[in-house]
Amino acid sequence: MSLSTRRSPADISRTNSRSARIWRSAVMSLIAGTASAQSPTNIFDPAGTPAHTAFGLSILVLSVTLVIFLIVAGLLLYALIRFRHRPTDSNREPAQIYGSNQIELSWTVIPILIVVTLFLTTTRVILVTEAIPKPPSAMDVTAIGHQFWWEYNYPKLGVVTANELHVPISDPSSPTPTYLTMSSADVSHSFWVPRLAGKMDLIPNRVNTMWIDPQATGLYLGQCAQYCGTQHAKMLLRVYAQTPQDFATWIEQQKKPAVQDFPGNAAAAEGQTVFMKNACINCHAIKGTVATGRFGPDLTHLASRDTIASGPIQNTPENLRKWVNDPNTLKPGSLMPAMHLNDHDLDVITAYLTQLH
Amino acid sequence: MTTTPVLEAVDETLETQGKPPLNVIYEWLTTVDHKKIGLMYICYALLFLVIGGFEAVLMRIQLAIPNNHFVSPQVFNQLFTMHGTTMVFFMGMPILFGMGNYLVPLMIGARDMAFPRLNAFSFWVSAFAGFLLYFSYIGGSGLYAAGSAPDVGWFAYAPLTSKVFSPGHSTDYWTLAVFLSGIGSIGTALNIVTTILCMRCKGMKMSRMPLLPWLYLVMSGLVFVAVSPLTAAQIMLTFDRYLGAHFFDTQAGGSAILWMHFFWIFGHPEVYVLVLPAFAFANEIIPVFSRKAMFGYPAMVAASVAIGFISLSVWAHHMFTAGLGPAGNTFFVFATMVISVPTGIKIFNWLATIWGGKIIFAVPMMFMVGFLFQFLIAGLTGIMLAAAPFNWQLSASYFVVAHFHYVLVGAIVFSLFGAFYYWYPKVTGKMMDETLGKWHFWLFLIGFHLTFDFMHIPGILGMPRRIYTYEDGRGWNTLNLIVGIGAIFQSVGTLILVYNMIRSYYKGKEAGHDPWDAWTLEWSVPSPPPSYNFAIEPTVNSRRPLWDLKHPEDPDTDYE
Repeated sequence: MSLSTRRSPADISRTNSRSARIWRSAVMSLIAGTASAQSPTNIFDPAGTPAHTAFGLSILVLSVTLVIFLIVAGLLLYALIRFRHRPTDSNREPAQIYGSNQIELSWTVIPILIVVTLFLTTTRVILVTEAIPKPPSAMDVTAIGHQFWWEYNYPKLGVVTANELHVPISDPSSPTPTYLTMSSADVSHSFWVPRLAGKMDLIPNRVNTMWIDPQATGLYLGQCAQYCGTQHAKMLLRVYAQTPQDFATWIEQQKKPAVQDFPGNAAAAEGQTVFMKNACINCHAIKGTVATGRFGPDLTHLASRDTIASGPIQNTPENLRKWVNDPNTLKPGSLMPAMHLNDHDLDVITAYLTQLH
Repeated sequence: MTTTPVLEAVDETLETQGKPPLNVIYEWLTTVDHKKIGLMYICYALLFLVIGGFEAVLMRIQLAIPNNHFVSPQVFNQLFTMHGTTMVFFMGMPILFGMGNYLVPLMIGARDMAFPRLNAFSFWVSAFAGFLLYFSYIGGSGLYAAGSAPDVGWFAYAPLTSKVFSPGHSTDYWTLAVFLSGIGSIGTALNIVTTILCMRCKGMKMSRMPLLPWLYLVMSGLVFVAVSPLTAAQIMLTFDRYLGAHFFDTQAGGSAILWMHFFWIFGHPEVYVLVLPAFAFANEIIPVFSRKAMFGYPAMVAASVAIGFISLSVWAHHMFTAGLGPAGNTFFVFATMVISVPTGIKIFNWLATIWGGKIIFAVPMMFMVGFLFQFLIAGLTGIMLAAAPFNWQLSASYFVVAHFHYVLVGAIVFSLFGAFYYWYPKVTGKMMDETLGKWHFWLFLIGFHLTFDFMHIPGILGMPRRIYTYEDGRGWNTLNLIVGIGAIFQSVGTLILVYNMIRSYYKGKEAGHDPWDAWTLEWSVPSPPPSYNFAIEPTVNSRRPLWDLKHPEDPDTDYE
């Protein structure tokens, strides 16, 4: 008994070194299976450096734990079958064994060695993500969480937008990562775009930072990952990674004040008047007009966005009209009140908003 | 040397048989008998298990398909808040305290707990707390007008709980219920510690005490250290809400992080408060059904005490995404990974106990086998979550939900169910039905794995917890449907257990003193035990007094 048990910890280390590569590929194929689920938010399909390093560590941890599982579960299964009570057994009790210090020592020391290895590797990954200096080429964005939407500020570029974050892609040869300075206007939120990086909380009265560096253009999805109230579920994240040229074009467009002349579009012009005369301006800002509210999203270039209501709804005139009429029908618990506008006012406000390119 | 007296004579006049029903109710309401209080704890907790389970089923129906409108977001948020609060404070803690209350005095040869009146007080305070929480459905004029249950999540992160973001009284019901439950828990923990330290029978040195009381000792010690900050935090939160204090009120300079620390310095040791009793049941059941002494008793005691201490220094692994910085994160990675060492020692010792035995697969042992495998997996996913960069991806996702349900259900509930089948004959004098027990086991096992194995994957695919609905096209649909189907199997299994418990009480086979041929003191007294437990205080000479009695030719005394 003690012999075979003494052998088992040695098995652990030998299997570990000899078959590490086999297990690694087994884990990889398991993960590939998961990835084939075609999810746009798969953590095992990384597209940026922080997500990549976390993925690498995941593979190591998964391999180690899989090996431990196979060994311990295998021994357990063997013991349960081998030592089951058989009807042919005598009625004598089995030999009573009270313990063995050598065996206890071996299954204390070996786990400690595994733990130290994992700890050191983890520390290295923490440091390369959290403690590397910020390159001068980095772009700064301030992200503020609100119930239930995101505010993005580009302080050096003079741009304020909401819900759809645009960033340049980062070429590893000349990296242009985006550094997010994060806080919250109300309760705690969490920024999680799984393919780009792990999450970071946005906590009121506190400033956190994280960075992302998408390496291919495209739209990366995510959503708020810290329960923040009624509509936590529909506080989605959209990150548009663009080529430097496209990003520069987008910034130029966003810097402009809002359109204020609508030649040949009387409805939009009237909508602008209705908007400015109503409580809309208490919460929303439209650059260049009297609307300077900060409680809701900035609408200066609303029409340039693909979605409204922080992601869940396509930005179409019909949806916009429905939203202005009563946001609670589309996103119950949203903090924007129904303004009780008549049909005509709804039509012209929708006409106005759709012109805010 | 004297051997343990096995008691036959029971003075029936001291028992409740043949009394009018009103007297029986009066007797239960006013009892200070540890066994009756233990049973009331268990029955009360089972009621909340059914309620909390029902809430889980409603949530799984809502999440079975994308963009579902089965319940509103408000109701869903109340459901997960109530489910979590109920299962931790009004199912988990009371049921484990109930088992401890019943078993600890019997296993250490005592006639009752050290403070019987404090025991009754603690139970009734905890019971009141549970009903107070549910009264919020009627009385909690909250965020959504009258009849609003708390909807701040079971860890109630500040500042969502402040007056500004949670007007009305629903959060107050939550705060007061958790506060009162904390008072009850601390009272019972005090009682258990005192009982174990002062009331052991003759000859029972600490080193001869069965492992169950040992684990309850560590568990109760943890309750002091862990539940106190939470209880204090509830008072601070109430001050914030009503007396203009600003502990957690971020709009006036308070700290949201402070609440996280207060909550998780409770929250993580709480996991061990719940899991140590589960280990305790395993430590009693696995040896009896393997027909072998526990392997490495001193190592098991040392590992339990080590888990108790280390568990106090791991709490901030719940806050890896709160921006603690590299130094803080690194420390908590280390502490969290280290706790896997004593936990591993336990698993290896159970394995060594089974090794070379003659394993009898009765229902209690079947649940223990489930416990062993599932606890192993839960521990390994715990190591994944301890690696901070992996945690940045997994935290607050469904992977975490799957992981802690693997601990709470896969380990704790399985062990608890095993304990039900094991000690039910002692409590009632009747055996539970073996066939129904096997149905319960297999249905629950299948349901458990359908639900919680598949729940890991949506987390890997980016699904956060606590969302009332999700979009199509994220790759989460099928997985959530399977998770929901598993919930049905688990519900049916649990209902079979309840039916089996009631049916066996009336129709079960007579159990006798010692149906499992076991070795600890509770099996030396009649089933059910008389109110005074032991007519004569027993004397023990080893960790397994009944083994010595049954094998006078080869007693344990010679080997310990």
